Amino acid sequence: MAYYADAGVRHLLRRAGFGASPDDLGYYGELRFEDAVGLLVNFEQVEDDVDANIGTAGHVGVTIRGSFQPNTVINDARQRWLFRMVHSRRPLQEKMTLFWHNHFATAYSKLAGAYSSSDATRMMAAKPSEDPVAMEGQVETIRRLGVGSFRDLVIAMAKDPAMLVWLDGRFNTKTKPQENFGRELMELFSMGVGFYTESDVYAAARVFTGWNLSRTTTSASDSYPSFKFAYNAAQHETAAKTFSFPIYPDGSRTIQSRSADAGLQDGLDLITAVVTHPETARRLVRRLWNTFVSEINEPSDLFLDAVTRLYLTNGYNIRGVLDMILRSPEFCDERQHFTKYSWPAEFIARAIKEVGFAGFSVDTAVSQMINMGQVLFEPPDVAGWEQGPGWISTGGMLARMNFAATLAKSQAAPLAAWARPYSRAADSVLSATIDRLSPSPFGNAAYDDLRSYLLASGAWTGSDAQLKTKVAGLVHLIVGSGEYVFV
Amino acid sequence: MAVSRREFIRNGVGAFTIGLAAPAFLTDLARAQSVSSRSLVVLYFGGGNDALSTLIPYTDPYYYSRRASIAVPSSDVLQIGSDSNRVALGLHTKLTGLRDLYNQGRLALIQRTGYENSSRSHFTGQDIWGSANPINPQTLGWLGRYLDTLPAPVNPLVAWDALRDIPRALISANVSVPAILSAASYTYASPNAGTEATLERTFAQRLSSHVPVDRPHLAYVNGNIDAAMNTLDKVALVAAYKPTITYPTTGLGQTLLNVAGAISKGVGTKVFWVQLGGFDTHASQAGTNGSYPKLMTELNDAVSVFYADLKAQGLMDSTMLVTFSEFGRRVYDNGSVGCDHGAAGVMMALGGAVRGGLYGTAASLNPDPQNPTLENNGGDVRYDTDFRSVYARILDQWLGANSVALLGGDFRKPSLTFI
Repeated sequence: MAYYADAGVRHLLRRAGFGASPDDLGYYGELRFEDAVGLLVNFEQVEDDVDANIGTAGHVGVTIRGSFQPNTVINDARQRWLFRMVHSRRPLQEKMTLFWHNHFATAYSKLAGAYSSSDATRMMAAKPSEDPVAMEGQVETIRRLGVGSFRDLVIAMAKDPAMLVWLDGRFNTKTKPQENFGRELMELFSMGVGFYTESDVYAAARVFTGWNLSRTTTSASDSYPSFKFAYNAAQHETAAKTFSFPIYPDGSRTIQSRSADAGLQDGLDLITAVVTHPETARRLVRRLWNTFVSEINEPSDLFLDAVTRLYLTNGYNIRGVLDMILRSPEFCDERQHFTKYSWPAEFIARAIKEVGFAGFSVDTAVSQMINMGQVLFEPPDVAGWEQGPGWISTGGMLARMNFAATLAKSQAAPLAAWARPYSRAADSVLSATIDRLSPSPFGNAAYDDLRSYLLASGAWTGSDAQLKTKVAGLVHLIVGSGEYVFV
Repeated sequence: MAVSRREFIRNGVGAFTIGLAAPAFLTDLARAQSVSSRSLVVLYFGGGNDALSTLIPYTDPYYYSRRASIAVPSSDVLQIGSDSNRVALGLHTKLTGLRDLYNQGRLALIQRTGYENSSRSHFTGQDIWGSANPINPQTLGWLGRYLDTLPAPVNPLVAWDALRDIPRALISANVSVPAILSAASYTYASPNAGTEATLERTFAQRLSSHVPVDRPHLAYVNGNIDAAMNTLDKVALVAAYKPTITYPTTGLGQTLLNVAGAISKGVGTKVFWVQLGGFDTHASQAGTNGSYPKLMTELNDAVSVFYADLKAQGLMDSTMLVTFSEFGRRVYDNGSVGCDHGAAGVMMALGGAVRGGLYGTAASLNPDPQNPTLENNGGDVRYDTDFRSVYARILDQWLGANSVALLGGDFRKPSLTFI
């Protein structure tokens, strides 16, 4: 597969980020591969200044209705997140945030039903520095902890206000243990089906009794109530809880009875047990393989074992795991290029980066993502989105093609100006456009179709008018193609 | 479980490709196939429906003692008579339109549908109901297998999935099922206008016609694009459907409007898949602002209008709507005015040809662990009609298929005569 000159760095940026704009290519292309990986993985070296660029020149636009309120209005929160995907100088941080958002899939609408749309947005997306009572939304917590210890992340999620509403932990009391969170902790957040029993679910529900939510206000009209995790000792069930799998390093399967005041520790013990469970390690590493290396090719046992071992021996640290994956020969193998189906969010951010964004607002994408099957902050259920081929459907592909049309139309003039140096022949326009958009390679027949499209409506003149029509049409065809789905 | 389903799809991509690559334009044969055909509308209650709030044993004292915070008061129940065990039953307060259909003999309620060792996992449960295979649920769907028996060339709109992705039940080896969330937005846009736009559409379809055997995943995506292009014009017809009565503006109302449009315009769809989500009622399900009354209202209002609309056009006799959920819920309430995952549920079938009534028997809710109508120490409702018996009836009597072959066993149950 001989193709793009800078195929390696483009592959890295598609996987560890959301694709590469011409500027990104210039910047990362100057670095040695291992330095580029280092910069992506150790992203704290780079200032987190992306939000300051919202609404400024030289960036994709947002649509402001009255005022821009990403901490309290969910549509604006979606715009802010897409903006970050397009422009963050810490792309891997955004990638991991999206990864965990799918893993701890929590949906805004249930929160909004329980409280208000403003409070639900705050619980999902508020930046503490911008919230009157310093609430930290779930996605901001994930963003902060996403490459640290998985144990810390799970504990944070177990205490996260949005999660306490989403999986009903706020109602978990000793007289009526609530199974929802305990079940999903084992089924979806850690080991997975087959490694726990129904009686483990009942025991886990009892473990988390009293892990509730407190809502405090300063006055009846307070529009920024404070939502915080609160351990309610009076509601904790203190009897011993026995599981079918080891809870402690000595192999003991029982969380012994302890006083209500000390009962918070029950939950921490269970979380530690599931986080350190070998099946959790394998499941996580597989998910990361699918996200970063391939959904089409399987990892070797050797690879799985090595990465799993690192996870288990390195404090469940995610950064180390990512670093190992991105530097692995498996990751760099050209056979892994374009072996992953893009998520709608990835597709959109990449298309904006590659096609251009002059005068374009991410708000357009927010609405079109509905038909693509991915609404940010609104996964379909607690299992997250159906990935890989699961993204693909007739309606979903029409939505991608239609987004490509909208974007290409908005960029028709800048694209025509960009194509001017190649205008002498249709072939040179075609090869320059393919190189710019870097889809997975077109076969000969498909390549001929694209060429025929350029020549279909009369002689090639390379006039400005022709470029404006044809380059936009060509970009529409390429970004809407099956080839472009793959990253 | 989501990962295994993904795994399945991944492995199944090769199989999809063959079907998608087949010539998929509508021929006279396909049109003939669709004439006088019946349609099946499957309505999935996503999240695990609390069947004891849908069909209520309002004279069972344990119903009120064990689920005090969520029970529907007996004075609010819409009484519909008694089942064969003389248990008095009633529908949820909000199901007034369905009660009318019941009284007209057009609504069948099949009690305690489920299977042995019912899964309490949403995802395993969905797969089991979708594949009709509790032992190995990572297989093709029960309706997908039916679609595979249809003679080629198959109408590209033979099935209509009103979700964004394809549910397991519709996963088929050879038939591509379009995902049409909304007919109105199922269109093709272009950055250019006029002949240039037409040209783009022509070339987009040409590009998608390539299904390279050495790149099965690309072939799979291209197959979907091709199928989309092949269904655009007919879906546009459906989008133009103007009913004579007003549908609710709810999600289900608008989806059933599309279904009625497709049936009315005669586009030849045999199987529709529709979802009403929000049934995972662990909390706040009852009371004035409870989620369950809202769900029942959305269901009742949408289905009632749909029924009236098609009936007025003489099309309800050839339409049957069937509902199911991946499990029922716990007999007793939890502390959050909700209830947790349980076992058997209730299925509904309605249509002009349906023989209405109560099928199967209600559970006694007595918590005695020996109570044979409950399981899980008296916590959950135990099934008495295997859900595959309902599928068998639908396949044999409505779709004219062979249920024994499609379900891999004889699940026919003579007493199940709802159709």
